[in-house]
Amino acid sequence: MSDAAAAHDHGHDDHHGAPAGWRRWVYSTNHKDIGTLYLVAAMVSVLIGGVFSFMIRLELQSPGLQYIEDLQFYNVLVTAHGFVMVFFFVMPALIGGFGNWFIPLMIGAPDMAFPRMNNISFWLLVVGLLLLMTSALVAGGAGTGWTVYPPLSNATFHSGAAVDFAILSLHVAGASSILGAINFITTIMNMRAPGMTYHRMPLFIWAMLVTALLLLLALPVLAGALTMLLTDRNFGTTFFEASGGGDPIFWQHLFWFFGHPEVYIMIVPAFGVISHVVSTFSRKPVFGYLGMAYAMAAIGFIGFIVWAHHMFTVGFNVETRAYFVLATMVIAVPTGVKIFSWLATMWGGSIEFRTPMLYAMGFIFLFVVGGVTGITLANAGVDIAFHDTYFVIAHFHYVLSIAAAFGILSGFFYWFPKMCGKMYNEGLGKIQFWLMFIGVNILFFPQHFSGMAGMPRRIPDYPEAYAGWNFVSSIGAYISFAASLLFFYIVIQTLRSGEKAPANPWGEGATTLEWQVPSPAPFHTHDQTPDMRPQPAE
Amino acid sequence: MKMSRWISMAAVFAVGLFTSAGAMAQQPHPWQMNFQKAATPVMEEIIWFHNWLLVIEVAIVILVLALMLYIVIKFNAKANPVPSKTTHNAPLEVIWTVVPIIILVVIAVPSMKLLFTMDKAQNPEMTLKIIGNQWFWSYEYPDHGNFTFDANLTQKEDLPDDKKSLYLLEVDNHVVLPADTSIRLLFTANDVLHNWAIPSFGVKMDTVPGRINEAWIEVPSEHMGTYYGQCSELCGVNHGYMPIAVDIVSKADFAAWVEKAKEEFARVDEPAVDVARVGARPATAGR
Ligand code: HEM
Ligand SMILES: [Cu+2]
Ligand SMILES: [Cu+2]
Repeated sequence: MSDAAAAHDHGHDDHHGAPAGWRRWVYSTNHKDIGTLYLVAAMVSVLIGGVFSFMIRLELQSPGLQYIEDLQFYNVLVTAHGFVMVFFFVMPALIGGFGNWFIPLMIGAPDMAFPRMNNISFWLLVVGLLLLMTSALVAGGAGTGWTVYPPLSNATFHSGAAVDFAILSLHVAGASSILGAINFITTIMNMRAPGMTYHRMPLFIWAMLVTALLLLLALPVLAGALTMLLTDRNFGTTFFEASGGGDPIFWQHLFWFFGHPEVYIMIVPAFGVISHVVSTFSRKPVFGYLGMAYAMAAIGFIGFIVWAHHMFTVGFNVETRAYFVLATMVIAVPTGVKIFSWLATMWGGSIEFRTPMLYAMGFIFLFVVGGVTGITLANAGVDIAFHDTYFVIAHFHYVLSIAAAFGILSGFFYWFPKMCGKMYNEGLGKIQFWLMFIGVNILFFPQHFSGMAGMPRRIPDYPEAYAGWNFVSSIGAYISFAASLLFFYIVIQTLRSGEKAPANPWGEGATTLEWQVPSPAPFHTHDQTPDMRPQPAE
Repeated sequence: MKMSRWISMAAVFAVGLFTSAGAMAQQPHPWQMNFQKAATPVMEEIIWFHNWLLVIEVAIVILVLALMLYIVIKFNAKANPVPSKTTHNAPLEVIWTVVPIIILVVIAVPSMKLLFTMDKAQNPEMTLKIIGNQWFWSYEYPDHGNFTFDANLTQKEDLPDDKKSLYLLEVDNHVVLPADTSIRLLFTANDVLHNWAIPSFGVKMDTVPGRINEAWIEVPSEHMGTYYGQCSELCGVNHGYMPIAVDIVSKADFAAWVEKAKEEFARVDEPAVDVARVGARPATAGR
């Protein structure tokens, strides 16, 4: 990869350059290289997860079984699609990828606090992905949905090793994330440039701090639940088994106690990215900085006390449901603060609609659409009509596979010049945005209608009446898939023949520290800690 | 009946999301963008509340869209070459915190009312037990001699030509229930989680092994007819193949059906539920 220098590097000293060949990547302790590895892993995963969803939409394009005869295989596709996208695409891209690359750059630190642990975090993720693929290939695969509800996931109903492999995969991916979170928290708390107080940190750093805290608190709960399921399956315990005094609903509490914070783990980093992009291209500082920072903290906190809104049909008494309705709706308040502050940041700006900005604006609008359907679902009364229908699928794809993915794409186009030192083709970028925008809306908007009409989720075939909107959805899926391929083309084209990018391609609006180092960011940056203390007025 | 269904379909196309007028739609229809027609007061309340929510939500989305369009037109680099430096406006920030709180209260009050209305039946006149199995439903009528039967998917080739669209909704044995009667539904399962749902009734309840859940319905006699639903919790390979069909009939027809059903089902089928696992079972069980 690197130039001919240091073909054999003997020993190490403090000022070594990039090691050559595969060692550079496998043994890497450099935050930028590890960030790149995470981004590559995310891109591989999104292709895998994308192919799964392509197969699902192909099957659902018309009623009747089209291509998939083996219905367990269909359930395995649905399950693997969810796992891959959540744990191996969105999280690695936003957290491992952008977090590793830009936390040290933005806070003026030379690297992460624990560089070797950083290496372990990444390689554990790869092991997790391999275990997940193994799970899909052995014993008919895990057809449990990403929620892995027992009894379906116990040894009676999934007797092979597939679910065990899936559990191990999540365990390993979870350990990877916990280590990463510890690294991020330590780095952010201890390694900021002098003068960069908490209240002067860039919002992306705030976002990563909140995310890392959520990871640190939520993932151990998942790990505990997974361990109980593993012992239920293999050692005869009965934590989730009614006949042994356990309770299948107990799993759902544990899973969603992790699961709801998890959805914010996937969107809060995108909040951070969007704030920077909006401010850069509006050529204005972020509006209401403190409100933005504390809104994220509030969202993170409330995220821990709303989990049972995923369980409104398990048979709770009415008081329990009433509590979870009210708590859930409170999240809309800090969310509203964020939306309006972004709009206010743009207000009065001098906006350039480059590709990252298009994605940021797409994010804001479509996140609102997904947010309001969240409010609908939060009301346990109407959720009776929507739970486990395509309406829920529409809701969470608007906030995840549209909003979170747009956050990733926005950040990618924004930081790509910094990471690789070359400019992407702006015209192609804009075409890619519009193709993606149109594709995902055609794909997911009709699912509101199917869901309202009553179509259940996770079914391989449906009554004829649902054919119309499903056909439209599938067309949207093919358009989105084409847009994804165009994205990969842009990446390759930029790497091969992009024009050289200046240190700061975005102009005066880009004020954070990463734009003050050259593009591509050199192997070592901030050897001298930048001084961020306020300068005395002249 | 047929005629009015066409009218309701046309109405759905014309008014889109907001319609719920027209006659009974007991099963989903092509290009449907709306709920299935309500058959119970509870579902009517759900639809009413949802429409109220939708108005507020569409207003929010339109507000954000309008602001964004205004921003795009007024504050693009050409139209506004010199950006303002404003980064704070305390009154504005207070407003966009307080107004959403008020909106949430406006939503929460009817939401709570709906939730508490939907709760358990006050004076149920009869009980139906619903048991989920991989992959069919079993039903028990404890107040009518405790007969039990299973309902299995009707295969496509067994459906008459004009009823092919009922594939994945139709079953061999319909549940039959009387109109104008407050009915308690009890739910449990024998193997994994399932979920018994009929959109028109506003009922969707998990069936959980080892637990008994409860819901209720009361269908007024003007809504007599057949209603369809599908299992709504992933339960394994054939999750998409265990639909639900309920006939709501007059009390007299119900009584007649019960007599017939006792003959047909009671002695033939063993009780579908393992007594020890499900617990509470009236003393009349098993003869
Ligand atoms: C405005 C805030 C939000 C509210 C009030 C909200 C509310 C809800 C509710 C009540 C459900 C359960 C629906 C059901 O299963 O019946 C749900 C599902 C879901 N939401 Fe949200 N949500 C919000 C934002 C988000 C965000 C930001 C994300 C992720 C980025 C997200 C991801 C999901 C996912 C993945 C599910 C489905 C999980 C599953 O069953 O597989 N939501 N949401
Ligand atoms: Cu949630
Ligand atoms: Cu099912």
